Amino acid sequence: MALYSEKVMDHFRNPRNVGVIEDADAVGEVGNAKCGDIMKIYLKIDNDVITDVKFETFGCGSAIASASMATELIKGKPLSEALELTNRAVVEALDGLPTHKIHCSVLAEEVIKAALKDYYDRNGIAYDPAMFPDDHDCENCELH
Amino acid sequence: MTIYADNAATTRLSDAALQAMIPFLTDNYGNPSSLHSVGQRANEALTAARESVAGSLGAQPREITFTSGGSEADNQAIMTAAALGAKKGKKHIVSTAFEHHAVLHTLNKLQKQGYEITLLDVHENGMVTPEQVAEAIREDTCLVTVMTANNEIGTIQPIKEIAAVCREKKVLCHTDAVQAVGHIPVDVKDLGVDMLSLSGHKFHGPKGVGALYCRRGILLSSLIEGGAQERGKRAGTENIAGIVGMAAALEESVRNLADNMAKMQRVRDRLIEGLGEIEHSVLNGDRAQRLPGNVNYCFEGIEGESILLLLDDKGVCASSGSACTSGSLDPSHVLLAIGRPHEIAHGSLRLSIDETMTLNDADYIIRSVKETVALLRGMSPVWRDLVSGKKEFITK
Repeated sequence: MALYSEKVMDHFRNPRNVGVIEDADAVGEVGNAKCGDIMKIYLKIDNDVITDVKFETFGCGSAIASASMATELIKGKPLSEALELTNRAVVEALDGLPTHKIHCSVLAEEVIKAALKDYYDRNGIAYDPAMFPDDHDCENCELH
Repeated sequence: MTIYADNAATTRLSDAALQAMIPFLTDNYGNPSSLHSVGQRANEALTAARESVAGSLGAQPREITFTSGGSEADNQAIMTAAALGAKKGKKHIVSTAFEHHAVLHTLNKLQKQGYEITLLDVHENGMVTPEQVAEAIREDTCLVTVMTANNEIGTIQPIKEIAAVCREKKVLCHTDAVQAVGHIPVDVKDLGVDMLSLSGHKFHGPKGVGALYCRRGILLSSLIEGGAQERGKRAGTENIAGIVGMAAALEESVRNLADNMAKMQRVRDRLIEGLGEIEHSVLNGDRAQRLPGNVNYCFEGIEGESILLLLDDKGVCASSGSACTSGSLDPSHVLLAIGRPHEIAHGSLRLSIDETMTLNDADYIIRSVKETVALLRGMSPVWRDLVSGKKEFITK
């Protein structure tokens, strides 16, 4: 069996929504180069709907594919829906990831949350801090 | 089209090896321990293979023990020296931080059993010095084990000088020569080592077979108990086809050594120069003291596994020391040992060529790597930060 599913390879070879939005309404960044994965995401938000999304990733094939898939899953969606995106949904949409690559989908979930938090902070919108756990812990990447 | 540039991982079985093996996979299926003629034919082949391997290394046949591969040979050499040392109350071992895991993990095991291990730092150019070894040896040192050539960055260590230090201080000297045998001249008497490990599939022999050279006068301990094969030092019916194939491959490699080295060095140097044109890249390992077939670069701002996947799409098979390829969170211990920060160690690429690679292949690889690096940098937030000056480049 190949390391990755066809879906993962497709999103790795032809990542959707790669790039930068200069006048983004929200930006999120998670991971660090020391661990070997960084994801950055840029959102345009209009009337609580994500109208455009771009991403950049430093990382392995599954990190790039997870970020690409995550952008597809939230594009055009209301913020409330994007907030509920789980890493499991990313994994399922990619037809699975190898166990030791699950952390890539965790980063994809976290980067979206980081961007949404940025949006709330920028616009003075109140939120429950429990929705946005602190820094990513590489040792605790699990499917949830 | 496939360009295989991962010969440090494994090599293609040579035709000479295959032809030598076939009779022992078909008609000559005897057990060398059997008294009948079918068994004795196998025994003769075993004897001839031992003479051949010994001859290729400048050793005596009785100094060669066949094993299941390089890892077993490393394990057996280290456990032997540790057992001999313990009898004299000597339980200190000197090695280096960038050994193969077959050595490092065996040393870890010994450490848990009460041995003290000193791992020498490796200089930024991927070399350790005989002076470092001399300084590290203590009254209670029972073994020095330093690899002949590093499997990731290809640097060739001053084993002859290190062995001389060991001899002077009366400490056993082992070298893991898995990457060196069949690639550069290796003569055990010239090197002056007490033990040396090698692996068949690194020089166009079959997988699952290797050998341990152990100088006459050193009593090997066995890892596998059972029958009296290999003079009681390695039980289990011999892998005759493997052993015969390895001997044939080694003979051929040694016979063509000078030619192959010259061919490979030319292609290697083209690769090193071509990839060096990529901005913010750094060659890992000394430029001169390196295996004829090894090229290892770090490219700043990108990650190794994605480089490999894109190269594979272009038909180029290579490897990387990134965490993602190692299955752990840390990148290669070799790159960390030579002082590469995690950030750039993740972006490493190893190309290990054999004598069949052409300059045209090298040019294709250079083009492919350049395209791949540019593509991945184009989507890397790290690269963006470096270029915009938000972060400082580590490489030049």
